[in-house]
This record gives sequence, structure tokens and C-alpha cells, in this order.
Amino acid sequence: MIAFIIRRLFASIGVLIAVGLIAFVLFRYIGDPVNQMVGIETPESERVALRQQLGLNDPAPVQALRFLANAARLDFGISYQFKQPVSELIGARMPATLELAFVASIMSLVAGIPMGVYTALHRRSALAKLFEALSLVGISLPTFLIGILLIYLFAVTLGWLPSFGRGDVVHIGSWWTTGLLTKSGLKSIIMPAITLALFQMTLIMRLVRAEMLEVLRADYIRFARARGLSERKVHFRHALKNTLVPVITVVGLQLGSIVAFSIITETVFSWPGMGQLFLQSVQNVDIPIMAAYLLFIAFLFVIINLVVDLLYAAVDPRLRVAIHGA
Amino acid sequence: MQIELTKKARMLALATLGAAAMITGPFLATDANAKTLRFAFQGELKAADPYAINESFSLSVNGSVYEGLIRRGQDMKIEPCLATSWETLDPLHWRFHLRKGVKFHEGQDFTADDVVFSADRVHSAGSDIKNRVPLDAKVVKVDDYTVDFILKTPNPLLLNEWETWGIFSKKWSEEHGATEATAMNATTPPYAALHANGTGPFMLVSHEPGVKTVWKKNPNWWDKPKHNIDEVVFTPIPSNATRVAALLSGEIDWMDPVPLPDQARVNANPGTEVLAGPEIRTIFLGFDQIRPELGHSNVKGKNPFKDVRVRKAFYQAIDEEAIKTKVMRGLATPTALLIAPSLYSESKDFKRIPFDPEASKKLLAEAGYPEGFEVQMNCPNDRYVNDEAICQAVVGMLARIGVKIDLLSEPKSKFFARITAAGGYDSSFYLLGWTPSTLESYNVFQYIIGCRDEKGNGGGNNVGGYCNPKVDQLAKEALQEPDQEKRDDIFKQAWQLSLFDDVAYIPLHQQALAWGVSKKTHVVQRPDNYYIFAWVNMD
Repeated sequence: MIAFIIRRLFASIGVLIAVGLIAFVLFRYIGDPVNQMVGIETPESERVALRQQLGLNDPAPVQALRFLANAARLDFGISYQFKQPVSELIGARMPATLELAFVASIMSLVAGIPMGVYTALHRRSALAKLFEALSLVGISLPTFLIGILLIYLFAVTLGWLPSFGRGDVVHIGSWWTTGLLTKSGLKSIIMPAITLALFQMTLIMRLVRAEMLEVLRADYIRFARARGLSERKVHFRHALKNTLVPVITVVGLQLGSIVAFSIITETVFSWPGMGQLFLQSVQNVDIPIMAAYLLFIAFLFVIINLVVDLLYAAVDPRLRVAIHGA
Repeated sequence: MQIELTKKARMLALATLGAAAMITGPFLATDANAKTLRFAFQGELKAADPYAINESFSLSVNGSVYEGLIRRGQDMKIEPCLATSWETLDPLHWRFHLRKGVKFHEGQDFTADDVVFSADRVHSAGSDIKNRVPLDAKVVKVDDYTVDFILKTPNPLLLNEWETWGIFSKKWSEEHGATEATAMNATTPPYAALHANGTGPFMLVSHEPGVKTVWKKNPNWWDKPKHNIDEVVFTPIPSNATRVAALLSGEIDWMDPVPLPDQARVNANPGTEVLAGPEIRTIFLGFDQIRPELGHSNVKGKNPFKDVRVRKAFYQAIDEEAIKTKVMRGLATPTALLIAPSLYSESKDFKRIPFDPEASKKLLAEAGYPEGFEVQMNCPNDRYVNDEAICQAVVGMLARIGVKIDLLSEPKSKFFARITAAGGYDSSFYLLGWTPSTLESYNVFQYIIGCRDEKGNGGGNNVGGYCNPKVDQLAKEALQEPDQEKRDDIFKQAWQLSLFDDVAYIPLHQQALAWGVSKKTHVVQRPDNYYIFAWVNMD
């Protein structure tokens, strides 16, 4: 098991270096950072001096190596636009994003699994049809549109929920902030979380439904029924448990995408998370922030993949043998 | 047993969190009578240090904290601020008398040392507003409340941009290692990027970059406040739809800008309205007139834009009235000059060269292009109001005289990297906007119309490289002329020569400002689009 983890960690480092290099190549095509750092009247001579100071005139391989060397020491430098250390800026935004991702995941699980089970068990009922129609909406409407629709309905028309921001936050420890303990914070997270969760919920519901239908046709379910077990036991003890393996994989992997793709939701709701910071950085060609963010997301995916593999082993005994054997 | 334990653990965790909430709770509560102005803008405040970037949003917002020796009133007129009066002993020698009894927010006294220090700081390596004080000027303390500026060349416009040259406390800056403006290659975060200590009507409480900035009223301000607010909370809201929604739902009191398609909605809502007014930025089209052959055209071996007839043909082919009504929905003021009417007294004497496609075709034929030609046009798509739509309209209008435009619209980060000196002025035909930061004509002649070399020395933002030494000579004469009326007369000749005889540029319009405000919030809109908290009153 330990060998497996170590092997995966080495592979992860390879992935991170690759992401770092690809990111670096991309940055060369998004414009000149100096243009965003100074006003339009700043003479060219000063711009040249600034480019020199930032090391933007060095050959590309030198810049790439310097970038990777600094990244290895977790030194991402100072943001061009905000003149603050990148690690602090991202650190300050991280709780907002993780909290949103966490609440959205819980929402999508809590709503998605029962809906999936229900639509599988009562395929012909009107409610199941409604759920499926809803899931189509969730999968086909783009996130920003859902967000804006929610804002116009609940913030502008009804005035129940705030349209932007995170509300009041409470500091826990030295750097974590949470909005889950204040009334305005809780109100603020509802719409962004729903927007972010809708797609995931749809995905989980459809996955659970498909898996459940598959499992319900399996022989051991028929035997269970033949043994005279109650329907409830058959459905939830035997069928649901076996559908959960692929669901765990997908939910785990989706957690990474929830964090990564919260960019759009965060922009629509001006949610002060990492995604919004990333988008501001793209507009301002703030290379240090972009680089650090991309590496962070890559790291997150790598970790999540690892954890999912391990969880898999815990849920499915057959895989444990395979891992040990390999 | 196991279940009980987890239950207990959960209760414990909840209790801890609850306690944390109770401890921090009271600090979040605010005085019920306190008036808070909630302000939103599409961009973010980059740094609390006003020297860090020469950008109007940062300059205007930081201007509530840091004051200059002068300031501008609601009519844009220069009025005394930290200097109570000044005189020119001779054209090279200015004397400023400073206001007595002014204190910085953290209690330091304001004296001549702070002015001398701020003049050094504004020239430090990281400063982006070095041009506020001429580099070769000497700043001399005469006594604690008198400062002399000794210049190398006469400059009647010395104070024009001093509203945004905020004075720093020497003592405070030295204590906190902030004697240099926020340097770009700093390895430690600069103190002044997050903290501020000025003399102005508002004090910085907190600045979370890109998230939220809070100021509170300075109770010890030297001047009598014209506002009644206690606190200002600024949030950047980049998404247009969300910013409009937040205003409509009453979560913010003031925001900028209201996108054109949403203006009717904001006005229809009972609690909100759009405050529109002419801005001083001029939008115009420019041509490459410096290269022997255009970089992006099917005309080879020569540059058609070197021929004034071609430039005039383009000018007369553009129906600015249509751009105003169709593209800008009426929210633009067509202009014949590259300066707003409010900034130049004789602008009413100029009329646009009339729209006349037939004359255009004739001019093109005379110049040897009866069938027209092809050329690429560069256009930003996220910089000015409806910039891309204006360019598309221009493409259609020029098609009518046979000119085929290949339109390249890009985000500002790419657009400016391409067309400015850094990109080698790589454009044949382009759209640009310009606000003269000194609020008078000379600035336009200096940056936009003045001759430049290939590296950008001279008129650094003269992308097309138009050059007429006579115009440059007139502009220089004007700069030396202390009398305002005589100066304006010299500029009149220079405008006539450059924009009408030479058709150096095609001026289009001054775009309109569009602020969204709640009807309970009374703000003052200045044409330079500055957000001045000290003039805000709330019911």
C-alpha cells in the first residue's frame, strides 16, 4: 500500500511539472503584463526598465527554469496587480472557494442520490418524470445563465437573498474564514451553491439511476427477493450499496472540477474566491497568480485522484488485492 | 458507544464554533445611525498607494485618503487644498504657502518636509506618476509652511495634475519602510499597498485586494465636510448583470458603469436611476502614417495613408451621427477635436468635416484608389463603451466607399501590447480613446499628435506616427505662454493644422458616463469620472 502511494506521488510530481511548463508556455500568449501595471502615459523607457526588472527579457528557457525552481520552494512571488505575495492572496481566497465547493457537493449528494434512487425505483411515476426533466435543464443550461436567473428571481424580484459577495465572515484560527456562522453568510452561500451544485446533482442523479437499474437486474437482487427480504432492505442494503462505488469515484473526481469550475459561479456572484482572483488575473495578465492557481488546481486533482483510489480500495475488497499484488 | 462519542464530538465542535461566532459577533455589528455608502465598480482597486499606478480609478478613490496641494472643485476649477496660496516669483520659481494645523490620520503634523519628501517619493523607482513633478525640478523647503519649486523650463501647467499627487507623511513612511513607491520587483510586500495615512476626508480601515475595501470618515479633517456618510464599503463586481442586479435590489447605493442595454431598466426601477453625463475621454480613429508600406494591407510598395486625400476620404465616409444614435444609443457627444468641449474654450468654433460618401469616393479616386483597397483595423473589445460595436459600424461605413476592412478586435491586454511602443506600433488603422490627464490641450499634443521616433520617444501614444513639425512648434509655444487666452489661440491654430488641414486623426465622440445610483444617494458627477466620497450625501 505504501509503495503504491509513493509511486503515485512520484507520478504526481511529473504531472505538476508538466502543468507548470504548459502554463508557462500559455502565458507568453496572453499579452504584456507591463501594460496592465502602468498607466497609458508611462514612457517606453520606463516600461523597458520594468520588463528588465521582472526578468521578462530573459530567454524563455531561463524564465521557465526560474519559475519552476521558485514554485518548488512554494515561492510564487508578488502579484503584479496587487503587489502582495501570491501565496497570501490565494490563501485568503481559498476558504471561500473550498466552503462553496463543500456546500455545493453536500447539496448535490443530498439531493442527487435520493432523486436517483427514486427515479430508478418508480420509473413511471410523474415525480420521476419531473426529476428527469429537471435534470435535463441542469445539464443543458450554462452555469452563468442559471446564476443570473436565480439572482433576478431571488435578489431583484423577491429580495430574499443577496446577489453578490459572501456576507459577514468569522475568522477561525489564523487564516481560515467562514461565512457559515453568520446569517448574512448563510444567505449569501445559498444561490452560488445551488448554481454550482445543479450540474453535479444532475450528474449524480443520472448516475445513481443508471447504476441502480443495472444492479436491480442482477442475480443477487433476485435471490435476495427470493429469500423474502423486505423491498426496503433489498433496495437500500443490497442495491444502493453496490451502486455507490462508481458514484464515489465520480463525486470525488467532480470535487476537483467543482473547485476548478467555480470560476464562473464566483464571477457571476462576485464570490471572493480563488476563481474570481484567477479571472481578475487573466484580465490583468498577472502571471504569478495564474501560475500559482493552475499549479494548485493540478495539485488538487492529483490529491483527489489518490484519495479516490484509496477509498475505492476501502469500499471494494477486490481492488485491495489488485493494489497489493501490483 | 461509538455513536454517542461522535455525537458528543459533534456537539463540542458546534459549541466551539458558536463561541467563536459570539466572540467575533459584536465586532460585526455597526451603529444603527451610521450611514454606510456601498459602492461597486467593474474593476478592482489595485493598491492603496496612489503612486503605484497612473489609472483614474485608483487615483480617484485613493484621493479620498491622500490630498494634494491643490484639488479641483465640482466645476473642475483648481482650488487650494494643502496649499492655501501660491505665486510665481518668476516663470521658473514657484512658491507655495502650506495650510497650517493639518494633521495626518495617524496624528503626524503636515509640514513642508512632507511635501519635499513626497516629491522625492513620486520620483522613486516604483512610482508610475513620476510626471507629476518635472524630473529636473528642485523642491526646496523655505520654512515649515513654505515650499519653493525651482524649474528648468517654464511650465504654466505645473499644478494641473496635482490633485492626484497625494502628500505622504515623511515620518510615517520612514517608520514603515514606505519611502519608495511600491516597487514592482519587491520581494517583500510593500507596506503602503495595504495601509494608508493621508490628510483627506476618509481614512482607510481595511483593504482586501480584489475583494473589499473599507474607509471611515476622518473626524479631524481640516475642511468642513460636505458629505454626511460615516463609512464607505467598496466591492468590485466585474459581472455587468450582477452589478445591475445588486443596484436594483438595493444592496449597493452607487455603481459604475451601467451597461447601455440595462439603462432603461435601471431608470424604470422606482428606487434607482442612471446619472449620465459627458465624459472627457475622446474616442478616435488613427492611421499609420510613418511606414513606407502598410503592415496589414493589400497595397504594396506604398502607404496610402500618407496621402491626406485618403485620410479625408475615410473621415467623410464615417457617419458619426449614426454611430451616436445606433451604436451609442444617444449617449455620446460627437466631436471635431481630440479634446472635450469642457476642457477647451474655443472648441465651439470647430465643426466636424461633413459626412459625405460621394466626396469620399471622389477623393479616393483622385488619390489613385477608385476601387478602394483592403486594410486591417485594430480594435479593443473591453476598454471603451461599445468599442467593438463602433469598429463594426466603421467597417460597414467604409465598405460603402469600397474600402474592405479586416477587423481584429482583441481584449485590451493584447490590443495595447500590439499597438503601443512595446509591440512596435504594429497597426495600420485603429481605434483608441484618450483622456488628457492635465485636463487641457497640451497633453494631447504631447502624447497623441506630437512627432515620435520608432522607439516611441516624443509622442509616445501617437501610434500612427503622424508628424508635422509646425504643429509641434505651436504646441511648444503654447506651453510657454502663461496667458490662458493667448494659449488657447495658439492651440486653435494647432488644432486647425493637425485635424483639418492634415486630417491626422478622425475624432469620433466623447462617450457618456453612466453611473447607477439609488435615489437616496446624492453624488456629484465630475466629467473626469472621479468618484469623490466627500461629496456624497445619503437620506
